[in-house]
Amino acid sequence: MSSGTIGRVRPAPKRVVHRATRDRVRSGIGYAILCLIALAFISPLIYMVATSLKPASETFTTPPTLWGSELRWQNYVEAFTYLPFARFLINGILVAAAGTIINMAVSVLSGYAFSRLRWRGRNTVFILFLATLMIPQDVLVIPMYVMMQGFGWVDTFQALIIPWAFTALGAFLLRQFFLTVPQELDDAARVDGAGTIRTFFFVMLPLARPTLAVLAVFSFISYWNSFLWPLIVVNDVNAHGTIPLGLQQFFGQQGSQWNLVMAASVISMIPTVALLIVLQRHLVKGIVTSGLGGR
Amino acid sequence: MTTTSVAPPTTPAIAAVTAEDPRETPGAARGRRSWWGLAFASPHVIGLAVFTLVPIVASMVISLNNWPLLGDKQFIGFDNYSKLLGDPIFRTALLNTLLFTVLYIPLNLIVSLGLAAWLTPKIRNRHVFRVLFFIPTVTPIVANVVVWRMLYQPGGAIDASVQTLFGFHAPNFLASTSWAMIAVVMMSVWQGFGYNMLIFSAALDSVPENLVEAAELDGAGAWRTFWSVKFPMISPSVFFATMMTLITSFQVFIQPFILTKGGPGSSTLTLVQFIYNQGFQYQQLGLASAGAWVLFIIILGVTAVQFIGQKKWVHYE
Repeated sequence: MSSGTIGRVRPAPKRVVHRATRDRVRSGIGYAILCLIALAFISPLIYMVATSLKPASETFTTPPTLWGSELRWQNYVEAFTYLPFARFLINGILVAAAGTIINMAVSVLSGYAFSRLRWRGRNTVFILFLATLMIPQDVLVIPMYVMMQGFGWVDTFQALIIPWAFTALGAFLLRQFFLTVPQELDDAARVDGAGTIRTFFFVMLPLARPTLAVLAVFSFISYWNSFLWPLIVVNDVNAHGTIPLGLQQFFGQQGSQWNLVMAASVISMIPTVALLIVLQRHLVKGIVTSGLGGR
Repeated sequence: MTTTSVAPPTTPAIAAVTAEDPRETPGAARGRRSWWGLAFASPHVIGLAVFTLVPIVASMVISLNNWPLLGDKQFIGFDNYSKLLGDPIFRTALLNTLLFTVLYIPLNLIVSLGLAAWLTPKIRNRHVFRVLFFIPTVTPIVANVVVWRMLYQPGGAIDASVQTLFGFHAPNFLASTSWAMIAVVMMSVWQGFGYNMLIFSAALDSVPENLVEAAELDGAGAWRTFWSVKFPMISPSVFFATMMTLITSFQVFIQPFILTKGGPGSSTLTLVQFIYNQGFQYQQLGLASAGAWVLFIIILGVTAVQFIGQKKWVHYE
């Protein structure tokens, strides 16, 4: 109620005012409770960041404190020097990027084939693709390890990259997208003399970029966070370890140095949280259309 | 990838592309398309066949053999399976996994559905809340678990807070047989519910406003409106999310593996850790594969039951 209108304001019936005020108070209290829940929810991560900046002697105190006597950025330097953490970061990025690129390439092609090209057996193959999404990774890891033994790939980067680059999620996401592209675009391209290949590369591929971005993020996150497979297939962690494996080893050796362990955890979280914040809108859309994401 | 490597220009495929109107000759069109479709799909199809179909069959074969990590294999039929069923540790792992699922699924669904219903479009800065609750689902699980390990530690944040507020020690969560599984479940709910919340939230957004208004005009309160109008509308999403959550929950591994190593004793040993131990600690790949197949069959069975049961509560438009 602004002061400019005050002369014209008629006294509202008392009951309405009461209800409006009561509703506002109630929704205000509700909002405050929601904020408290959100704060409680995120507090482990706040505590992680705070601990990563404390001196070692102050990580466990009663009563608990958020900040230590100094902000010790040195912890991050030590996290990087104690174990080859830079190597884990580079390995993680390399593995995730290579796997993501392969996954995007095969998925955009198959997604196109499943939606806009007609071929015998298409629906059967697509249903088989969907069915593979139900297979738990744990059933695959043991034969996969035996296969890696056969290929001589145990403890190599390709063993981290290739086996999981063909998951069916991308085909599903891109098929859903290509189904929404109007048929007139193909027809127009054909009238202009473009064949299947040209239509795909110059008409369809540029249109699919947002969906490909969503797939890229899902794929990158799932490679980046993957733990069971690297745990099995990597022997020399210092050479081929990715972030989760390095973190686990770091934790095993530095279990008492919680400030350093927390610094390492913070580092491991930065890339995916950054992706989430920058691309939140696309991600939400992708998760909602597929219902899957990087589970 | 160049165009020539995909299709030599002399094939009928190219000839058909240049035909003036393929729709007039449907037979020819289908022949032409079948070529391209297979060509486009083949990299993915071959990759998935080699790295998913072959392993799934191989897994069955391995489970029927005495198959050490290194050394000679020997066909032993279903011996691995009968050995498993007689193994008390396997039964413990099975029961623990079931217990985890029974605790985790309802908690996950209640929290995610509750918050999704709360975060209506009217809530200010709703996207901030959504992103916030989603963060732990994208951060490395190993990192999440390590943080919680510190919280649960005697003298850690939880214990220190309890001491300060109430003057006594919190239980030693991870070293107590009665608390360890609860600690694993709480941590898992914290890090996992964001997915379902997001899916439910989007589904709720698409419930037609006029249906909700009609219910409110009829005098239905918020609770009643939710269960009688909104919930039936989003039930396909709830069904799908429940199914996926069940599948992942049977595969729980990293949380207990890092929080407790399956302990104390074997009170948080799960099926996947059992499989991992058999395969890569005791180097019995045959036994490990048999364990993996038992897990797979349980998942298939539960999924099938859900599909049959969905008719009772899932409403498709």
